[in-house]
Amino acid sequence: MSTSQLKQGPTITTAVPASGARVVGWLGALLSGLLFGVGLLLSGMTDPAKVLGFLDISGAWDPSLAFVMVGGIAAARVGVAIVGRRGATFSGLPVCLPPKRAIDARLIVGSALFGAGWGLAGYCPGPAVVSLGFGSWSAAALVSGMLLGLWSVPHSRPRQ
Amino acid sequence: MSIAWQAFTPWSALAGGALIGLAATALLLVNGRVAGISGILAGLLRAPGDRAWRFVFVAGLLLAPLVLHLFAPGLGVPAPADAPDARLLLLAGLLVGVGTRLANGCTSGHGVCGLARLSLRSLAAVAVFMGTAIGVVFLVRHGLAGAAA
Repeated sequence: MSTSQLKQGPTITTAVPASGARVVGWLGALLSGLLFGVGLLLSGMTDPAKVLGFLDISGAWDPSLAFVMVGGIAAARVGVAIVGRRGATFSGLPVCLPPKRAIDARLIVGSALFGAGWGLAGYCPGPAVVSLGFGSWSAAALVSGMLLGLWSVPHSRPRQ
Repeated sequence: MSIAWQAFTPWSALAGGALIGLAATALLLVNGRVAGISGILAGLLRAPGDRAWRFVFVAGLLLAPLVLHLFAPGLGVPAPADAPDARLLLLAGLLVGVGTRLANGCTSGHGVCGLARLSLRSLAAVAVFMGTAIGVVFLVRHGLAGAAA
C-alpha cells in the first residue's frame, strides 16, 4: 500500500484481532500515552502561561511552541512513512486511519470554537489531561467542560 | 512585535515535540491508530468494543507527571498554578470539547498527525484554530484591556 492510498483511507480491516495482539496493543497504547505526556511536559505545552505567551504575538512573543510542532510532525512522519510502506501494523492489529474528507463548514466552525477555548485558558486536550495527572483543580474544571462538550456532540459519519 | 528571549526554550520544545511525534509513531505502528487526544477521549464513551486501548492511553497521559518526577525530577514544568476562575475554565473546556468534536481533531490529531500525513483538511483546521486563538488572546490581553484603560 502506498502513502497516497493511505491518505485516501478508510483502511479498516474487519478481522477480529487475536488476544495476543490486543495485549500488545494495550502495552503500545500505555507506552505511547506515557511518551506523549512526557513530551507535552518537557515541551512546555502543559504550562498555560507559556501557551498564552506563544499565542500573544503582539506582546512579548515567545515562539518556542512552534518548535514543538516541528519536532512532532518530523517524528510522526516516520510512523506515517513506515505504515504507508508496510500497509500494516507490527502487532497484527488493523490500521484504522481517519478517512479523507472535504474541508467543510463543520471543520472550520469547530476549529474556530476550539481556538477560542484554547486562547481563553491556554489548555488544549492533551495538556489538560496531563495536568489533571498533577491533581490540578484548574485542569479538572477544564477537563469537565471538555468531556461534556466532546460527549454531547454527535459523531459525524464520513459521506461515502 | 518583540521576542521574549528570556522565555524562549527552543531545544526543550523541539525535544518534547519529538517525543510527542515518537509517541504518535508508536501508536500508529502498534495500534494502527492516530494519536489524536480529542478523538481518543471522545471514543471513551462512544466506541463500545474499541475502548480498552483508549483507557490505557489516557492512563499513560495521567501517569506522565508522576513518571517524569520519579525518573527525571529535574526535567519538565511544575504543576500549573491554579487559576481562580472555574467558570472561565469550564467555558473554555466546553468550547475545546465541542470545537474539537465538530472539527474531528485538535492540536495533536490535526496539528501533528494530520500535518504529518500531509492532509489539507488538517492544514485548514490548524490555520483556523491558531488564528482564532491568537485573536482571542489579543482581545483579552490588548483589545479589551486597552479599551478599558
